[in-house]
Amino acid sequence: MHDSSTAAVHGEAQSEPHGHNPALLHHFAEPQQQRDAASLGMWIFLATEVMFFGGLFCAYLIYRLKYFGDFGAASKTLALNLGATNTAVLICSSLTVVLAIYGAQRAKRALMLGSLVLTIILGFAFLGIKTVEYKEKFEKHHVPGASFQFENVPIPGHPDQYANARHAQIFFSLYFVMTGLHALHMIIGIGFFVWLLIAAWKGRFTPDYYTPLEMGGLYWHFVDIVWIYLFPLLYLIDRHP
Amino acid sequence: MSEHSTSEHSSSEHSSSLTTYVTIWLALLAGTALTVYASTVDLGRFNAAVALTIATCKALLVALFFMHIRGASEKLLKLVVLSTIFFLFILLALSMADYGTRLWS
Repeated sequence: MHDSSTAAVHGEAQSEPHGHNPALLHHFAEPQQQRDAASLGMWIFLATEVMFFGGLFCAYLIYRLKYFGDFGAASKTLALNLGATNTAVLICSSLTVVLAIYGAQRAKRALMLGSLVLTIILGFAFLGIKTVEYKEKFEKHHVPGASFQFENVPIPGHPDQYANARHAQIFFSLYFVMTGLHALHMIIGIGFFVWLLIAAWKGRFTPDYYTPLEMGGLYWHFVDIVWIYLFPLLYLIDRHP
Repeated sequence: MSEHSTSEHSSSEHSSSLTTYVTIWLALLAGTALTVYASTVDLGRFNAAVALTIATCKALLVALFFMHIRGASEKLLKLVVLSTIFFLFILLALSMADYGTRLWS
């Protein structure tokens, strides 16, 4: 009937030697179409995420230009070595994500599982380092709120002027919202990868079907790109002597 | 695994080689080191421009090679990516056109 006629049409173009692919949903003509549909949906989701973070970057830009020196003074109090380490950790986790997909594509089970485990470990390492940074902010009273203190911190390039504490508080508000939202994405990403690891362990992914791995990868790389911009904007402004 | 033998050529079409991945990874690490170093050099008002240029290069490497935009067969996908950048540009540029021309006092 309908099924047999479409199968005949696509059977010719596709020439699949081994009948029905169990991972292919019936409303798709071929695996490539199914993969493209999933990618397109994921990219549209990422587009909404870009606009979501975009609003925060816009707020940052407006206040950075308005309170230029105060932002420089506040940025200088951040732990540069921890921020740089976290950037490297995320870049390494992006490599392990592509290696997991590479392993799935070539049916290298050990490479796929090992890379997924490494990705999750690196994700937790990032959050651990972030926790150390947040703890330091609480100790220094750099968390916006009633106990916020930012006295006698000179403005970079103007050693005779002190930063305005209220303006510095806006920097730390943006710091906590942006890195906090990024950390929330990391937590969701780690949850996603734990699920992917279980699915991979059960043998759900084959060289013919590894779409969830690719979608998880797109999400993880997006979160990496957000950090690639957060790092210089928050940590690296007015660092030079 | 004999039933997957036919997928060998199709999977090599949409996946990059291991060498590419490791090269991009090293380039990203080098970019991080470069941006940290550049921030310690006084370039005046160009410090921010240099930092954002390096960040954009790193983001492009991740998007093109790790997120496989470069090898994407679907033109619609590239359209989504380009329109994302376009609308982000509108958000930032028009907001700055407003705030940049106000008289702060």
